[in-house]
Amino acid sequence: MPEPTSTQWDGEGRLEVLTFNLGEETFALEATLVREILDLLPETRVPGAAPLLGSVVNFRGKIIPIADLRLAFAMPAAEATLDSRIVVIETEAEGETFQIGIRTDKVHEVATLDRAASEEPPAVGMRWRRDFVRELVRRQDGVVVLPDLAAIFRSLTGASDAAAGQPTTVH
Amino acid sequence: MSTQDPIAAFRVEAGDLLDQIEQGLLDLGHRLDDRGLIDEVFRGLHTLKGSGAMFGFNALADFTHHCETAFDRVRKGLAPATQELVAVILSARDHMRALIEGDGAGLESAGAAILAQLQAAIDGASGEAPAAVAPAAPKGWRLFFRLPAEAMANGTNPLMLLDELRDLGECRIVARTDTIPPLAELVPTECHIGWDVELRGDISRDDIDDVFIFVMDDMELTIEPLEVEASDAPVQTPAEEAAALVVDVPMAAQDGAASRTPAKPAGESVRVPAERLDELMDRVGELVIVQSRLSQLASGHGSAVGNELALRSISEEIERLAGELRDTMMVLRMVPVASLFSRFRRLVHDLARETGKTIELSTEGETTEVDKTMIERLADPMVHLIRNACDHGLETPEDRLAAGKPAAGQVHLSAHQAGGEVLITIRDDGRGIDRARVRAKAESQGLIQPGQSISDHDLLQMIFHPGFSTAAQVTNLSGRGVGMDVVKRTIESLRGAIDITSAPGEGSTVVLRIPLTLAIIDGLLVRVGEGRYVIPLGAVEECLELSLEEDLRSRGRSFITLRDRLVPFLRLREIFDTGTRPDPHQKIVVIATGSERVGLVVDQIIGSHQTVIKSMSPLHRDVATFAGATILGDGGVALILDVAQLVMLGQNQEERLRAAG
Repeated sequence: MPEPTSTQWDGEGRLEVLTFNLGEETFALEATLVREILDLLPETRVPGAAPLLGSVVNFRGKIIPIADLRLAFAMPAAEATLDSRIVVIETEAEGETFQIGIRTDKVHEVATLDRAASEEPPAVGMRWRRDFVRELVRRQDGVVVLPDLAAIFRSLTGASDAAAGQPTTVH
Repeated sequence: MSTQDPIAAFRVEAGDLLDQIEQGLLDLGHRLDDRGLIDEVFRGLHTLKGSGAMFGFNALADFTHHCETAFDRVRKGLAPATQELVAVILSARDHMRALIEGDGAGLESAGAAILAQLQAAIDGASGEAPAAVAPAAPKGWRLFFRLPAEAMANGTNPLMLLDELRDLGECRIVARTDTIPPLAELVPTECHIGWDVELRGDISRDDIDDVFIFVMDDMELTIEPLEVEASDAPVQTPAEEAAALVVDVPMAAQDGAASRTPAKPAGESVRVPAERLDELMDRVGELVIVQSRLSQLASGHGSAVGNELALRSISEEIERLAGELRDTMMVLRMVPVASLFSRFRRLVHDLARETGKTIELSTEGETTEVDKTMIERLADPMVHLIRNACDHGLETPEDRLAAGKPAAGQVHLSAHQAGGEVLITIRDDGRGIDRARVRAKAESQGLIQPGQSISDHDLLQMIFHPGFSTAAQVTNLSGRGVGMDVVKRTIESLRGAIDITSAPGEGSTVVLRIPLTLAIIDGLLVRVGEGRYVIPLGAVEECLELSLEEDLRSRGRSFITLRDRLVPFLRLREIFDTGTRPDPHQKIVVIATGSERVGLVVDQIIGSHQTVIKSMSPLHRDVATFAGATILGDGGVALILDVAQLVMLGQNQEERLRAAG
């Protein structure tokens, strides 16, 4: 089994992240991964692809997939709003670097998370697949979720049962 | 500006040199007494040694030095060039390549073995007994050396050489001034002095050689152990050199271990003729001018009508420039197939040795140019096809003579361009494909029914089935049953096609048809539901309308009759699950690979489209129906259909329906 992705806290136990909303939940991704934040682009559906990665867009002449993380976290698909944005990140899986756009409902800010306030996801009592969550970090205004993107994408290419379990939604 | 890594540059240069040496040696194998070729190989080795030492590849320089020394004897006519010698130096060349590319691990013993073979080849050729070398370490050496007159002009400093000798041990140096001309005739930049050196101490012969490694070729040098002071005339350098090879081996091995450098992946590079770069520069220059016209227009205050006219002319200009830039860029990526063909000369040479057959390779159309990625990806399938031709196709010389053919088998490679395609032909004049054997094998594998009538063309296609090999005997070279299906798949993944014809007793011909480039194709843009898709135009046979009644009638079976042949068709709307209602006038686009055809039902045919192919994200690699994507004029994305996959899908459907009766 592949190891879960570890979080790269700096020497003082801090991490710069970009926070954004999916539904009511606040998520965060390392700020160093983020390449660009875009308004929604016209998407092209890819028939036969997993719903979570169901479409592609033209990002400056490159074809990049758009990920709808809502589906990985058992949230219903939602209509785009004025606040919807695509966060383009550059990440690595199985030795390849590639860009991918993440559809978010609202982008907040670049914030600093504190390792002391972080916890491993609990073994029970979570609605989500445990391996999709790297850490939960407490803040004054609630909990921030650090998703494990590598594990989520792995679940699509390797065992496609995870994707099949999600509601099939077409945008 | 990026600074180029000198080591990487050396690797590229050395690669070229090694190729040159290999070509020279292969030519030499055919014309053993060609002085020009011998000189060419010698020069190649010499340059490789020099630049190898300069860039710190000491093991390489050392090893090459010994090969060069041996070859120098051939050059000077002291030993004749023989097939054995050529073969040994070819393997030495491979060893040099390994030294350049690898980290040298485990190469020492291989190097030593090659040098021993080399020694044997030279000795055998010149009829001398292997020179015996006294292994006992002498107490010292007596040297005499004299540099060529122009040595100093070439950058050699004799004082440095003397200093290096002093570093080895206790030295007594006496200058020989007997050849110094009278003052009036003295050219001050020339070196006229020779040196007698008495070197005392436990010094290996190798250490002394190392001092002179760069100048050894032209200089006069005699080296003798001190004990044999009273012996006869000084031994000639070349003979001494060759003799020294035997003791040199362990030393060279140690050097190899010491100078190991971790291998870096060689960066890919392409050589581009300068005038092509100039052309590109011209276009870029024009583009800059048009761009400034455009920004002038954007900030200007001309009349609306005038502006519109100017804008239109700029738009036309940009369109022309974009087209020209694209063409120029495509040409930059093109390399002649000669670079591909030349690799196979060595392959055929080796195959001839392994099989004991006489094989003559001829090539034609080497100047035909193909996209460079194409060249790389064609190499493996072609190796396989050539192996097949040499191993299965060509008969042994005895069989050939018995069949009334010349003893030497012919393998012919040719390339030529036809429209947007390049045809590469591999032809042999061997026994041809044995139909009876193909049929027997196909029947035993259940691909055809016993006694089933099948066209000759279809029968030959059987060899492309996975796990199909007609070789009764599995040899080292081929016939493991992996191969032709892989070759076919590779060629098809390049959007090419493979065709095979064979006449019993006269030989076989394999034709590879490949597109000129991988980057841009002509496509047919179609709409299915709300999505737009591109079908590679090369695969499109025809477009027809699917009438409503035919649509209804065909519900259960999804076949149309096209010129008396049943063609299965796929409803893309269903496969892509568009969730939209079909258009009243659906179209069928008939696509084909080889002789297999499939109709694709689409909602609308939009038109032809110059398609710049973009690769899909690695995350979408599991979606097999698409070969890539492209960007449309409005910035949207259209997916490119993978024709081979769809044809397979259609054939499977056909088989299922047939099985169901």
